[in-house]
Amino acid sequence: MIPEMGHYALALAVVLAGAQACMPLWGVWARDRRLMGAAPAFAFGQLIAVGASFLCLVWSAISDDFSVLNVAENSATLKPLLYKVTGTWGDHEGSILLWCLILSACGGAVAGFGRNLPIGLRTRVLGVLGATSVGFLLFSLTVSDPFVRLWPPPLEGRDMNPLLQDPGLALHPPVLYAGYVGFSIPFAFAVAALMEGRVDAAWARWVRPWTLASWCFLTGGIALGSWWAYYDLGWGGYWFWDPVENASLLPWLTGTALLHSAVVVEKREALKAWTVLLAIATFSLSLTGTFMVRSGLLNSVHTFASDPTRGVFILGLLAAIIGGSLALFALRAGSLRAVGVFAPLSREGALVLNNVLLCSICAVVFVGTAYPPLAELVFGAKLSVGAPYFNLAALPLSAPLFAAMPFGLVMPWKRAAVLPALQRVWWAGALAVAVYVLAALGLGHGLAALAFAGAAWLVVGGFVEIVARGKVLQATFSQSLSRLLGTPLAAWGAAIAHAGMGITVAGIAGMSLSSSDIVTVQPGQTIHFSGYDWTLSGVRDEAGSNYNARVADLVVEHAGRVVAVMHPSRKSFTTQQTTTTDTAIQTNGWRDLYTVLGGERGGQAVLRLYVNPLAPWIWLGALVMAAGGSISLVGRRLRLTVSLRSRTSVPASAL
Amino acid sequence: MPARPVSRRAAVLLPLGVAGTGGVAAWRLLSRMRGGTYDPHALPSPLVGREVPAFDLPALSAPAQAAAAGLTSRQIVAAKRPALVNFFASWCAPCAEEAPVLEELKSRGVPIYGIAYKDDMTAAKRFLKGTGDPYVRVGADKLGTVAIDFGLYGVPETYALDAGGVVRRRWVGAVTTDMARNSVLPLLRSLG
Repeated sequence: MIPEMGHYALALAVVLAGAQACMPLWGVWARDRRLMGAAPAFAFGQLIAVGASFLCLVWSAISDDFSVLNVAENSATLKPLLYKVTGTWGDHEGSILLWCLILSACGGAVAGFGRNLPIGLRTRVLGVLGATSVGFLLFSLTVSDPFVRLWPPPLEGRDMNPLLQDPGLALHPPVLYAGYVGFSIPFAFAVAALMEGRVDAAWARWVRPWTLASWCFLTGGIALGSWWAYYDLGWGGYWFWDPVENASLLPWLTGTALLHSAVVVEKREALKAWTVLLAIATFSLSLTGTFMVRSGLLNSVHTFASDPTRGVFILGLLAAIIGGSLALFALRAGSLRAVGVFAPLSREGALVLNNVLLCSICAVVFVGTAYPPLAELVFGAKLSVGAPYFNLAALPLSAPLFAAMPFGLVMPWKRAAVLPALQRVWWAGALAVAVYVLAALGLGHGLAALAFAGAAWLVVGGFVEIVARGKVLQATFSQSLSRLLGTPLAAWGAAIAHAGMGITVAGIAGMSLSSSDIVTVQPGQTIHFSGYDWTLSGVRDEAGSNYNARVADLVVEHAGRVVAVMHPSRKSFTTQQTTTTDTAIQTNGWRDLYTVLGGERGGQAVLRLYVNPLAPWIWLGALVMAAGGSISLVGRRLRLTVSLRSRTSVPASAL
Repeated sequence: MPARPVSRRAAVLLPLGVAGTGGVAAWRLLSRMRGGTYDPHALPSPLVGREVPAFDLPALSAPAQAAAAGLTSRQIVAAKRPALVNFFASWCAPCAEEAPVLEELKSRGVPIYGIAYKDDMTAAKRFLKGTGDPYVRVGADKLGTVAIDFGLYGVPETYALDAGGVVRRRWVGAVTTDMARNSVLPLLRSLG
């Protein structure tokens, strides 16, 4: 009964989304304010319906209703409750429903937070979001139905892929999807602006926080995915240039470009058509990534569900959404005229450079990802593009981007001069050179030293503008403190986000220096590896709720002192009859000790040992980036609230 | 509407053109996937339909015992059973990932012959000790010459042979549980 209610709620959601798409836009056309005013109600209604549908699916999973195909294939009675809930989006149908839920939540968010938007813009934005929702909800309702019943129901489900039974991965899809789908809001704003034929500073002021929020989620989602690959797959790597990973990186790159170009529209009313195009491109890449992965067009190690017949439906959907918006862009972009002019050497110029480089990296990654299937189609040749291509192609483009990042922060708008900019950043540069010399001498590894210097340049360079604003070491301490406290949160956010990039670069540089070994040891035996003494005290059995495990107890000593007791294990899952290796990682922030229990033969255990310098910094940096974005968002919200309060009445905007 | 330079008009059409081309290409690929003429996981091999290349590989053990314990193409053909030939290496992470799947195939009675590709002998032995040894016999292709005869793209790579020793299919990359269930086992069943 519950699954049928979920199915019914889904059908209801399609109707409400359809109404949200048609009636308000009809109202805009007919200049009927009552119809336009109905848009938020439809958005809320759609959110409630999709939410109810999703809850029904979760309930079916929690109550072990194996008559639902989705639950029977992905769940089992013994599975822990957390994974019963998260398992609902572990497979194709459930993940599409989650996608729809977040999309309708975006509509709800615009309806809820957008009360003071001009009604014409709000109506168009909600209309576009509604139309997008219709497509995806129809997809879920027809070819990707999560509520299909199974008769006779099996006594026990097939359980979830054990690799996916992991708290990091349980959180990963919702965060990543919030990033992907969040970009539907800037997209809807862009399409609405093209319909209106107007893009101005107010438009950009509305678009930026949504972009920033989605960007924070996407950054967090990519970091979570990479972290999962690091500790769960047990291969010792963190990024494999896999199509699925690239699919999440592409919208992140254009989203980052959008974040920066929208500033130019807000402050200077320039780069309008470009910003609109970036907003469309970012959401299009989110959709394309999902499509390529879900249809199985791309060969990936992460593909757990793919189906070409559904691919045709999604392709049609993409053609409508991407094709429609780009056709509208081709028609109307000409009417978007820049107001502000600027010299090449200026804050605007720096942001253009940022956009050019980010989009070039995006193009390079896109070509590498899409080339294998295209080469097959055009030349009939089978080939694969691997990490060497991506490293070789993306590195030369990243280097100038990193080099320019601190300069961008100190450049004034309209026109900048070289000398004042250099005066502000010289000490960051000097510090970077010092780091390079020290690292090159200490490591004897030129490229890694250069990367560490770049990391120092980014971290310190992120704060040069803050330091200059605060007149640190120039004014008295209390004066500096009050100037620093008076610095807008947005400036702090930008500095922190840029520094976060530096931390990630340092982590990647550190990981390039990691060392690893495979050893076969007997209990009691000690291995010397990478400056540590690794002693296997024994291997024992351990029983979990739905698995049996063999756990190794490993004592790691450094200079005679115990630094870690680690327990890498192999789990045998009873229902799926598969084994997974659980890595054991001990970190002190500066390096990770990373061990994997390979297997056992004749009383001996095979262990893979890694020492990964600075590994946690990779994800810490991404967290810092997302935190910088959030601080900027909070600052913006505070400022807007203040400015709204200071005005006694907000004049009702005309159409 | 004021006259605009042609370049700008072309520029705003460009994104639509790019997306359109991509869309058409994706549609062609999808329809070929549905028709069964395109499979992203399968690489067509020039060997398909031909007899397995002749080779005579030493074992992973000491050279003295090599002749007795190695792997030759004649042994595979003489067995007169559909079988898999799997290239692996201890330095290859996906190989470790596919090891449990190969174990499962072995437990279903599939004979699998292993070829250690450009691998250090002791490392390869340690790898088999660690991840499990699903192979009937293992040969060491130290120089990678047999791999050239097979037209290997990388490791892991798996070839299906029929009872007459003729190559019927190749899978590039790790064999997953799904592939084993839906592709490898049905094919071997149809051959035997």
